[in-house]
Amino acid sequence: MVLERMKAIKLLLHLMCLAPLGWAWLHLVQGGFGADPVKELIHFGGRTTLQLLILTLSVSPLARGLHKPELIRVRRLLGLWCFAWACGHVTAYLLLELAGDGWLLLSEILRRPNLLLGAMAWLILLSLALTSNRWSQRRLGRAWQRLHWGVYAVAILAPWHYLWSVKSLSPEPWIYAGLLAGLLLWRVWRRWRRLNPAPCAAGPAGRR
Amino acid sequence: MALTDRDHRLRAQVTPEALFHDRRRVLKALGLLGAGASLSPLAQAGLLDLFSTPAKADGRLPLPHAKPAAYQAALPLTPEEKVLGYNNYYEFGMGKGDPAKQAQGLVTEPWSLTIDGLVAKPLTLTVAELGQRFALEERIYRLRCVEAWSMVIPWLGFELNQLLALVEPLPTARYVAFETLYDPKQMPGQASSRIGGGLVYPYVEGLRLDEARHPLTLLALGLYGKQLAPQNGAPLRLVVPWKYGFKSIKAIVRIRLVASQPPTTWSQAAPNEYGFYANVNPAVDHPRWSQASERVIGPGGLLDIRRQPTLPFNGYADEVAELYQGMDLRQWF
Repeated sequence: MVLERMKAIKLLLHLMCLAPLGWAWLHLVQGGFGADPVKELIHFGGRTTLQLLILTLSVSPLARGLHKPELIRVRRLLGLWCFAWACGHVTAYLLLELAGDGWLLLSEILRRPNLLLGAMAWLILLSLALTSNRWSQRRLGRAWQRLHWGVYAVAILAPWHYLWSVKSLSPEPWIYAGLLAGLLLWRVWRRWRRLNPAPCAAGPAGRR
Repeated sequence: MALTDRDHRLRAQVTPEALFHDRRRVLKALGLLGAGASLSPLAQAGLLDLFSTPAKADGRLPLPHAKPAAYQAALPLTPEEKVLGYNNYYEFGMGKGDPAKQAQGLVTEPWSLTIDGLVAKPLTLTVAELGQRFALEERIYRLRCVEAWSMVIPWLGFELNQLLALVEPLPTARYVAFETLYDPKQMPGQASSRIGGGLVYPYVEGLRLDEARHPLTLLALGLYGKQLAPQNGAPLRLVVPWKYGFKSIKAIVRIRLVASQPPTTWSQAAPNEYGFYANVNPAVDHPRWSQASERVIGPGGLLDIRRQPTLPFNGYADEVAELYQGMDLRQWF
């Protein structure tokens, strides 16, 4: 029963993660991305990546808040979709903005701090995606957990990359940065609470 | 006058069909439609929605003009619908499509321009008078945006030096300061920093007097044979083709001759990123991106992306490089 419901939820999430692609296509065909859609398409890919990152990082607070630990099982799916959209974002930049010039991509990444941030975030996501299977999890043991804390670095690098890539201050990057900061702070708060339990909750056995 | 009004109304009525064909051209240009392919009902619904927005008020009248051979550069033009639909004009929002949507209500007639400051004969003229007094020329210029994209646009205008000669600058005048209309009721970006990107308004720009007097420096009243559209800076804008696009200030109401270098909007907003001179220079990068090459917004579609090397002074080095002899262009970026 629970398994059936989980399957349905996963299917729904797959569709949800795919939907922006369809939306973008329709929007493009109707001219909604404007007279020259290149910049809009690249930004659309980047924003979708950030939205999926936010969703991925919301899974554990939600699972805890709703007392539904089984929700954790959708986290990998969302994380992989986040990576897929990150790849789409980079591909759009390479093909549409740089006309497919791979050397220009490399030299731009090395010379532009905001692109370097984005590239670092993408590399971390790549390593997480490659090790997202059970086999890697078993092979890497404790190191796997440490590696996958890398997603917190992505949650700092990615919105920073967005903030630096726009010409002047606009509210949108700050909204993404704020949401991700909130999700990170929630984790810091939880960890702090675990390391510093309230006196009565600690009990005679103390922690550990 | 009544005749002009009727003309406007007639044009407003015929626009939708023209726009319909324009949209089809855009889609074809994007490579999303095969020749002769019919649009899906869904796409047609979207197209119909769009009728109500951009070009409804586009009653741009044709302007008589000469075509001096020296300025008919043999470059592939950026299609008119891209020139009309892809704009940086933060007074009307920060999205590239925002000005085309938001600027249509801008009242551009009557419009007067004041030229004063260090001049012997200060002057206020309406745009209509400017059009009568100066013969318009079509000039095909490259436009290079500081964001590393470029267009080729057939402007209609006259040389700024003709106007400057009329007001007789005093010997103490060394710079020319330009100012855009300040009217937060009409320009939502001036009323809200959320829309206007936090720039200080009115938008101001400036040139050295010798730059302003250079024959390439144009005061434009039109493009593609017709009046300027509001999103392109109607009714009157500057065009300085060897400088980044933000120097070419739109919707000008005042030109002042001054003794010292005037403040300019973008260099005030981010002095380390945008300088007073802002000459197109592939050797001096923007702190956050390279200026060595540019994406061409031309006739090609999404499947035909072109990038080309950026030229010193945007290809006008032969004409203007001498203005900057002895200057370190890295320092005076």
